[in-house]
Amino acid sequence: MLGRTLREVSAALKQGQITPTELCQKCLSLIKKTKFLNAYITVSEEVALKQAEESEKRYKKGRSLGDLDGIPIAVKDNFSTSGIETTCASNMLKGYVPPYNATVVQKLLDQGAVLMGKTNLDEFAMGSGSTDGAFGPVKNPWSYSKQYREKRKQKPHGEKEDSDWLITGGSSGGSAAAVAAFTCFAALGSDTGGSTRNPAAHCGVVGFKPSYGLVSRHGLIPLVNSMDVPGILTRCVDDAAIVLGMLAGHDPKDSTTIQDPVKPFTLPTLTDVSKLCIGIPKEYLAPELSGEVRSFWSKAANLFESEGAKVIEVSLPHTSYSIVCYHVLCTSEVASNMARFDGLEYGHRCDINVSTEAMYAATRREGFNDVVRGRILAGNFFLLKENYENYFIKAQKVRRLIANDFVKVFNSGVDVLLTPTTLRGAAPYLEFIKEDNRTRSAEDDIFTQAVNMAGLPAVSVPVALSNLGLPIGLQFIGRAFCDQQLLKIAKWFEKQVQFPVIQLQELMDDGSSVSEIEKLASVSLKH
Amino acid sequence: MAAPMLRWWCLGRRWVLACIDGGSRHGRGAAIGFTSSRKRGQTSVAQQPLITSQKSRKGEHEWAAVVGLEIHAQISSNSKLFSGSRVHFAAPPNSLVSFFDASLPGTLPVLNRRCVEAAVMTGLALNCRINKKSLFDRKHYFYADLPAGYQITQQRLPIAVNGSLAYSVCVGKKPSRVITKTVRIKQIQLEQDSGKSLHDELRSQTLIDLNRAEGQLRVDANVSVHHPGEPLGVRTEVKNLNSAKFLAKAIDSEIERQIHELENGREILNETRSFDYKLGCTMPMRDKEGKQDYRFMPEPNLPPLLLYDTESLPPGADPQQVINIDWIRERLPELPSETRERLIQQYGILPEHSFALLNEVGLLEFFQNVIKETRAEPKKVTSWVLNIFLGFLKQQNLAVNESPVTPSALAELLNLLDRKAISSTAAKQVFEELWRSEGKTPSQIVSEKQLELMQDQEALERACHTVMEGHPQVVMDVKRGNPRAINKLIGLVRKATLSRADPTAIKEILERKLSP
Repeated sequence: MLGRTLREVSAALKQGQITPTELCQKCLSLIKKTKFLNAYITVSEEVALKQAEESEKRYKKGRSLGDLDGIPIAVKDNFSTSGIETTCASNMLKGYVPPYNATVVQKLLDQGAVLMGKTNLDEFAMGSGSTDGAFGPVKNPWSYSKQYREKRKQKPHGEKEDSDWLITGGSSGGSAAAVAAFTCFAALGSDTGGSTRNPAAHCGVVGFKPSYGLVSRHGLIPLVNSMDVPGILTRCVDDAAIVLGMLAGHDPKDSTTIQDPVKPFTLPTLTDVSKLCIGIPKEYLAPELSGEVRSFWSKAANLFESEGAKVIEVSLPHTSYSIVCYHVLCTSEVASNMARFDGLEYGHRCDINVSTEAMYAATRREGFNDVVRGRILAGNFFLLKENYENYFIKAQKVRRLIANDFVKVFNSGVDVLLTPTTLRGAAPYLEFIKEDNRTRSAEDDIFTQAVNMAGLPAVSVPVALSNLGLPIGLQFIGRAFCDQQLLKIAKWFEKQVQFPVIQLQELMDDGSSVSEIEKLASVSLKH
Repeated sequence: MAAPMLRWWCLGRRWVLACIDGGSRHGRGAAIGFTSSRKRGQTSVAQQPLITSQKSRKGEHEWAAVVGLEIHAQISSNSKLFSGSRVHFAAPPNSLVSFFDASLPGTLPVLNRRCVEAAVMTGLALNCRINKKSLFDRKHYFYADLPAGYQITQQRLPIAVNGSLAYSVCVGKKPSRVITKTVRIKQIQLEQDSGKSLHDELRSQTLIDLNRAEGQLRVDANVSVHHPGEPLGVRTEVKNLNSAKFLAKAIDSEIERQIHELENGREILNETRSFDYKLGCTMPMRDKEGKQDYRFMPEPNLPPLLLYDTESLPPGADPQQVINIDWIRERLPELPSETRERLIQQYGILPEHSFALLNEVGLLEFFQNVIKETRAEPKKVTSWVLNIFLGFLKQQNLAVNESPVTPSALAELLNLLDRKAISSTAAKQVFEELWRSEGKTPSQIVSEKQLELMQDQEALERACHTVMEGHPQVVMDVKRGNPRAINKLIGLVRKATLSRADPTAIKEILERKLSP
């Protein structure tokens, strides 16, 4: 049952094959079994069981609230949840219990969704590995999959298995792992430079970043306000569309959301791609791109072409400036956004009380990790009067150029862009931490981050397994506010590639669901 | 820029209105023409240099002072500039604090429509250019009563710019001459208020109140002096002045101090100072932070604030979603300068009286209501309202709307006076009575106290005759040509008639009787 998609399990609930409480208990028990993944910071067991019970009552009365009623979900721990600790994986916010729900959380709860817990991340979402949080790194469920283990056995490594686990990518690694390990059917992530799509690609799930302004940010503890969007992680494109349908639309509490009403929708099945034009941005053929990913990318392009779509090479000439531009804009906003964490109103406060200034300094030194402090320092430097023009203003101009690159390409008739999501498959933790957070982020965000500069919708769809038996994702980028069209194309693609289901025999609740999974598994894109 | 659809609309609260750059400040005592209307803003005024010649006797150059004001004023609105929490004067500390006001992580500002309208209206009233697109910025500094670590303001592109305010000052002795001056207004900007720090020295604690509805006007004055024709001097900023009276005193004292320093060969430091109300001079502020770098950056959570006029209004726009400058212009009330001009034209009153009528809340309305109901001359009404009525109010420290005398009662009283039913002395007596005993009409008081003027010509003749008989010496004095003697006789007749006789009529009779 847990291996099903959201849509499938929703149907099972409606047909009475399982009750919301049973479903919730199964998930809770799997969360316990997979605790070593460190996907959750907080498991809201009591709340979840109560919500499930209420959902059950509704089903009994025939008054289900819809597709999400009784569905276990997880939420990244940088979304405010009323009455449930919200830490951003930072010592600064340990013990902070918000008095209100983020709009997206409230919308999910209003639809009857059952909140299993708050998922792990890099501190304040600053990172691309989910390795830099105050609660330790998240382990990629694929590290324990049959697919990966079998491949590893073939290689003569003498290392101990346990030290060889893989990172999830990040920063929404906890959400990606939670969905990949079947502990919930959908999870919220956040995406500022790729934080939803990157871990989705590494964990073999769908990671969707909506258009900026389509989904409310109210209650999302910000990283970069002008780029942050709530992200959606699910096991298939259809499920992401269902969740998007519940979340999209104007929020009076977020002035940057669109005014026009968004109607709930069902994603239509695309049967004919021959009228589509798929753009392949040449600048995304980075030298660091692994041969394997490159080959999946070109196979995917061929797939579209063979089905009659027009596939053309396009140029996004300012792509290479994106990372450095992002660095300036991100750290500047971080410096500003983090100013509120001073130990006075909420969160951590140090013991020093010599003066208010001394208290601020010590609180912030104790509360933030090196990554956060480093970005604050850099950001404040860029915002200094003497530097503002040379850094911040310039970066804003470059950002405009990057956004215009996309506008030009889409105006030329391209429907979606097809790119890799990541350079390669998930790295082993020990490998990953050889470089610092900044280097890793700069490297890992390369395909995802320009999209945030332009506010466009993008989705990472798992394509196939690498030689090591690890998932590889490809990214589709759509026109602003054409999120549904983007998902429609992604859904078609997903159907063609038939990405294999993760095999987690040892972890799964009962053998039956695993065999069910095995039946579904097939790889259509061969190496 | 990554936000293609941007709105702001909704409701929050309060601003600061900064007009900067304005008119000149006189060496002493010239009133700055800010009337405190209900909405107040932050204004900064700077100005043309003004020349004082006080030191020229030493044979040195003259000095010119340049003053710029930054005026912070609270908008009269029901909720805050960026949150839905209420605004209420003297509410218990921290009782009106939303999650946004407390800067809880994840909260976002939502702009209050009412505040934007108030800012536009103020901009129009101050002859500003209204910017159809304005932006919000974050101004960063760490302070305990600034929970977000930054203040949202409009530094780069404010809602209104380049305005002016004309004001008049009376100069010279009676009849005074009124001259009109103009202050230039650099900009008006919406700004979030910070909280309030309450320092408990005893326990060495600082308590913070985030209600932020101080209800006060606060002015910072930037002052410098220089010799005309030479570059401007180094300026100082005198902070936190909260009344026009202290503002004037602080500026005068700072100008004097700067001149004194320079003439004694010292330098002026670019510093912030405070005004010591007791000592009447400015002092350097012990401001450790010194020169702050506020690290301004655009507020990313508020899209540009777009305003429209009837021409640029998108067709089919929801009136709830847009603000039309022209609609606000239509709702603009008559401005004080226009009102004063109208009063002078319509009633022929003196310019200084037009100021007096507008300087007291509700007084103009009272005046106009009296005018409506009385046949008395406007000049007479003005004199009664400004001298007697206002005098009584001031004496008892009452506001116009607290007056026990209604406009109708005063109108009736002035009618009695106008048709000579009572003397002006009696009228004052009636007014005193009206003030004391609410509910009685002037006519009732007049008849109860028998204050009517004697209309009986014969009785008056008799009274004059009796007085003349009784005071032959005074009659003699008159006849000998002492011009003041007749006044004595008039007084005696008035006394004899219990002040109920019209002095003019008495004088007429006496003159007739005494004429050779």
